[in-house]
Amino acid sequence: MEIAKANLEVFAATLLELARQDSDLLVVTSDSRGSAKLASFAKAAPGQIVEVGIAEQNLVGVAAGLAAAGKNVFAVSPACFLTARSLEQIKNDLCYSDRPVTAVGISSGVSYGALGTTHHSLHDYAVLRAIHNIVIVAPADNFETREAVQAAARSTKPVYLRFGKKPMPHLPRVDSGFELGKASLIREGIDLTFLACGETVAPAYEAAELLAREGIHCRVLSVHTIKPLDQAAIWQAATETGRLITVEEHSVNGGLGEACASLLLQEGIPCRFKIVGFPDDHTVTGNQEEIFRHYGIDGTRLAMTARQLSEKQ
Amino acid sequence: MLTESDLQRKSVQYRKELLRLIKGCGSGHTGGDLSCLDILNVLYNRILRVSPETCKSPDRDYYIQSKGHCAEALFVVLADKGFFPKKDLETLNRYGSHYIGHPTRGVNGVEQNTGALGHGLAVAGGIALAGKMDRKDYRVFTLLGDGELAEGSNWEAAMMAAHYRLDNLVAIVDRNGLQITGSTEDVCQLAPLDEKFEAFGFAVQRCNGNDVGELVRALDTVPFRPGKPSLVLAKTRKGKGISFMENVAKWHHGVPNDDEFSRAMAELEAAEAALA
Repeated sequence: MEIAKANLEVFAATLLELARQDSDLLVVTSDSRGSAKLASFAKAAPGQIVEVGIAEQNLVGVAAGLAAAGKNVFAVSPACFLTARSLEQIKNDLCYSDRPVTAVGISSGVSYGALGTTHHSLHDYAVLRAIHNIVIVAPADNFETREAVQAAARSTKPVYLRFGKKPMPHLPRVDSGFELGKASLIREGIDLTFLACGETVAPAYEAAELLAREGIHCRVLSVHTIKPLDQAAIWQAATETGRLITVEEHSVNGGLGEACASLLLQEGIPCRFKIVGFPDDHTVTGNQEEIFRHYGIDGTRLAMTARQLSEKQ
Repeated sequence: MLTESDLQRKSVQYRKELLRLIKGCGSGHTGGDLSCLDILNVLYNRILRVSPETCKSPDRDYYIQSKGHCAEALFVVLADKGFFPKKDLETLNRYGSHYIGHPTRGVNGVEQNTGALGHGLAVAGGIALAGKMDRKDYRVFTLLGDGELAEGSNWEAAMMAAHYRLDNLVAIVDRNGLQITGSTEDVCQLAPLDEKFEAFGFAVQRCNGNDVGELVRALDTVPFRPGKPSLVLAKTRKGKGISFMENVAKWHHGVPNDDEFSRAMAELEAAEAALA
């Protein structure tokens, strides 16, 4: 697959396009413009960026206030801080108070690699899923990133956008459109479905390609919107392929996998099912690629997991 | 415009309505409600450029109640100003009501859902910043409890307000000196608050927060310094207006029994007669 840009770069470029069309669009940063690739935005639209310093609680509170006064606000900070230190502001100032701010968690998951657990966000889907009135989105590639940023700017409710920082491949896709809350079909298949989100869609796709050579045809869905979940696509995948593997750069507790499991169990849809993510343990050290490999999130290991699930009776 | 005497009478009326409300529903933050009621009275009857007709206007003054637990005091004043019918307050804390123990935007006139402490100043700062960006002349007022100033988020917001020279932002501290555990100075020393806020870049004025005249004179002159956010350090008494509730920590969220309610109302009747 052709490697394109980091989703963060596409986010920043898309935001600048939107800012040029809407003078009420503001981006608020917490000493995070560099890591968010927003330095060019700051140069091109200095009147539309607000810096609050390293103060994530204030970042979200101020964003809520700006939105209360009619601004279309993107509050940008590393996902690890944004969804932990300022979680109460997200819950109360945005979600409970119904302020349609887009909270952008950058360098998410284990993007920061060897910087360690302080800088990892493997909890954000779980905590935000339990808060009413927020859309949770983890785009898989540059296309989904651009579409998601545009959709967030139009949203009338709070949105959480989650971006990693490594360059991502352009994923082929069966569906050409993009809609929040509707999973994107990346690859068709009848034997098994990978339900992945964010930067784990690419390795799921690689696994599907490897398995195709062995005659195992996997469907790949980019479940870019973790909440609200595309229930219909998941039911359909379970009933049509009978085997599901969820893949996420997140704890196995409370993320995409458990959301899918809950849905299928409550609807009484039987299928073979495996959650691939981060176990409830101290995270291994290393760079993102090494950490992914350690937890089985690469094409080879996901293919192995798929074979095991296919063989299991 | 209400005169100082009118405002004094209003304060007594509000206290009577507040106690009836708290007694009726069996819960409320009585002590803090009573300490901040004169501030709310002066804000809504003399200072704020907002009314039921203009409360959605982009040019209105904003009020954010950071000490959200004193919602009952706010509701009494908003009802009196006609933001909603007074009879709506009969549903306070009832199943399905918007009128609950903290302000929510489901109540007409409430700008932001509050209740968790340390949130109001940042939100108010955001609104004030938008006002500066849009060259609007609205002001943003926020009422902070003194106990809540232990929340670090206030100081993040204070730094930002000074950094952006938000002289359209006015923070009022209800400095009653008590929190649920006891004296604010015993729990974790807050003093000297005036020097702290000055060091953070605010222009500070002290006043008696239970004296409507002093409050009017302070709030009428905001901003205290061009280019600086204003802070009114309003010295108040928790439980103000009811002798046996004043400065007693147990009235933080105490509800009067029948005897205490009768005695409190008698004191307020006497205060009203003295002002007639």
